Amino acid sequence: MINLIYMFVFSLVYLLLLALTAGILTYVERRIAGRMQSRIGPNRVGIQGILQFIADLIKGVQKEDIIPADAYAFLFKIAPYLVFMGVFLTLVPIPFGAYTLMEDLDVGIYYVLAMASYVVIGLMIGGWASNNKWSLLGGMRSAAQKISYEIPAALGVFIVVIMSGSMNFQKIVAAQGASPVDWFVFRNPFTFIAFNLFFIASLAEGNRVPFDIPEAESELVSGYNTEYSGMRFLFFFLAEWGNLVVIGALVTCMFFGGGSFWYEWKISIPAPGRDPIVFEVLGFLWFLFKTFFFVFVIIWIRWTLPRLRIDQLMDICWKYMVPIGLISSLGIVIWMYFIPENSTIDRIVRLTLTSLGAITVLYFKYRVYKNLKITKATIYANPFV
Amino acid sequence: MITENDLQSRVEITPINGSEIEINMGPHHPSTHGVIRFILFLDGEIVVRAVADVGYLHRSIEKIAENLPYPMFMPYTDRVDYVAAINCNLGYALAVESLAGLEVPERATWLRMIGAELNRINSHLIAVGALAMDVGATTPFVHAIREREYILDLLEILTGTRMNNNYVRFGGVCQDVPEDFFKKTEKFLDHFVLFLGEFNRLLTTNKIFLERLINVGILTGDQALGFSFSGPNLRASGVGHDLRRIDPYCFYSDMEFSVPVGSGVKGTTGDSFDRFIVRIDEMLESVKILRQIMSKIKEGPIQSKIPRKIVLPAGESYHRSEAPRGELGFHIVSDGKSNMPYRIKIRTGSFAAMTSLSELFKGMMVADVVAYFASLDVVAPEVDR
Repeated sequence: MINLIYMFVFSLVYLLLLALTAGILTYVERRIAGRMQSRIGPNRVGIQGILQFIADLIKGVQKEDIIPADAYAFLFKIAPYLVFMGVFLTLVPIPFGAYTLMEDLDVGIYYVLAMASYVVIGLMIGGWASNNKWSLLGGMRSAAQKISYEIPAALGVFIVVIMSGSMNFQKIVAAQGASPVDWFVFRNPFTFIAFNLFFIASLAEGNRVPFDIPEAESELVSGYNTEYSGMRFLFFFLAEWGNLVVIGALVTCMFFGGGSFWYEWKISIPAPGRDPIVFEVLGFLWFLFKTFFFVFVIIWIRWTLPRLRIDQLMDICWKYMVPIGLISSLGIVIWMYFIPENSTIDRIVRLTLTSLGAITVLYFKYRVYKNLKITKATIYANPFV
Repeated sequence: MITENDLQSRVEITPINGSEIEINMGPHHPSTHGVIRFILFLDGEIVVRAVADVGYLHRSIEKIAENLPYPMFMPYTDRVDYVAAINCNLGYALAVESLAGLEVPERATWLRMIGAELNRINSHLIAVGALAMDVGATTPFVHAIREREYILDLLEILTGTRMNNNYVRFGGVCQDVPEDFFKKTEKFLDHFVLFLGEFNRLLTTNKIFLERLINVGILTGDQALGFSFSGPNLRASGVGHDLRRIDPYCFYSDMEFSVPVGSGVKGTTGDSFDRFIVRIDEMLESVKILRQIMSKIKEGPIQSKIPRKIVLPAGESYHRSEAPRGELGFHIVSDGKSNMPYRIKIRTGSFAAMTSLSELFKGMMVADVVAYFASLDVVAPEVDR
């Protein structure tokens, strides 16, 4: 009984924390978007507008919960909760630290993939039950898109599973190390491909630009959530931003070493003389840093790129990503058979890939500075002053 | 507006079969640029047939003209195309002046041209920005709007108002400019060329953006002429028809500028990308024209003596000028007795563009419908008047 209460309290805290993170992310996204678009963004509620999401929440709760006359009321009502649940259940097996996790599932990856597709049901129900043709189109689009992109995502995950030999997130993290050379993303070319496959497919599954066709504002008005108002509408959005955290956390776990913080990751009790709590906190913060870096990248992509058309979207999935994923899955098996870990070739490849990654980042920075120089950075200033 | 009966008679009546849905796009749909309505018959994502419905923004401007003396109709021409108000002022003024034989001082003509060219840049910024918005890229739109703000500031110095300027008078313009206007305009133009470079790096060279526009909504030159297209839409189809060159008014014959013509840079001549790129090029040409004007403009009077009561000789005449959305024609019929026109007919580019929709939408996807319609740069008040 005590155990049950403990579980209940713990999951409630977890849920609240994650809802809070999602809420803050809405604020963060709006501020970043404002910065990119030469405007300020919300800055009125609280210090620099940090409490904006609470104001939005209160507003959302106060709004009338409109259910269209011809809508299928029951399904219409539960659809946002299904979406919300689907996203938040995904977080259960993700290790934010050695101990900071809900449940150490041995089939963690299976579980995550299953829960991610569970969201589709909510979106389709929402689109269909609204009794609005635009919503229906949005729901159908989202179903087609999510089911298609499950496959490249799963193939990307598959490569990680082969590399680490486990579906347990703890073990996947343990298979990597603290330094970039040990991260899966820079291990060998195939894991690098796997990272790209998984990241792109996650964007598509999370309905983010450039794959946001289910809610394409300029085409489908607002897609599956057109008819929603008040808190139900906010639930869709909470799910969307919660999903950002999920994508960031998954990518961090599987490809970027999780919370490994320059000490040997041990699932058992750490060696004596080390304070486990300090390491736990540091690891947790390191994990959060990486997660939010990817969240930032996703936001950045959203405010930069246009949207694909649905046939182009499907082309990218079926003509490019799925074949590449299948070939890489085969490639990783051959690679692992012929090139044992920590052999000379393995080390050279790791180092090369890591330095290539570093060079890409540096080159990008250089290009940004060059372009700022070309435009004389007056772009951001008033020409009349 | 289309009633059910009209719809029956206008669309060839094939009963909607099971896989077809009738969907109402507009009049308040995010990407119909005001209040324009299409009725789309969709088979999945593909449009089987479509009806364009105009008339939601009809303000009887032509009828109002019949009850007003000629000078009093000037503010109404602002409302024909609120995005490019001075171009409409200019078109009307030129039509009446040529009939009444009024003289215009040199400086007034230069000022009119400055207003018209600034407005052309303004209008094209809205066009390319809205196109970007409709294919899903939010940031370029905001950047375009930001630059437009600077133009509106300039127009405020020039005319006293930011929009609906009511700047042109018969035989002159309403006010002279302060001396620092030219310096500010010079500064803005330097800045604007740099801005277009950045805009192109952000949007025009974007792979997704290109994919969305190339080979979408192809109009051959003959087809475009058949739909009585004019302006940038016609030039994008490879017909070098620019009234500033062919039938010069003001001092356009003295100006050195090239007429950008669509050549299918990336895809086929006359696709949506050509319509986009022609507008980008035209903004640069307008910059050139503005620079020439400012080097040539001299001090002088801005208003000639005109009779208190303007009575046009009996008869009718048609005067055309190049507005940002194509040929803007004023067909004025006068009975020779009153100081009011017997009839004014305004010919606008957007209305011609609307005629092509039912034909071109066939076989497109919903996303293409939006992209094609945005590439035509239709503004609702100009369609209905």
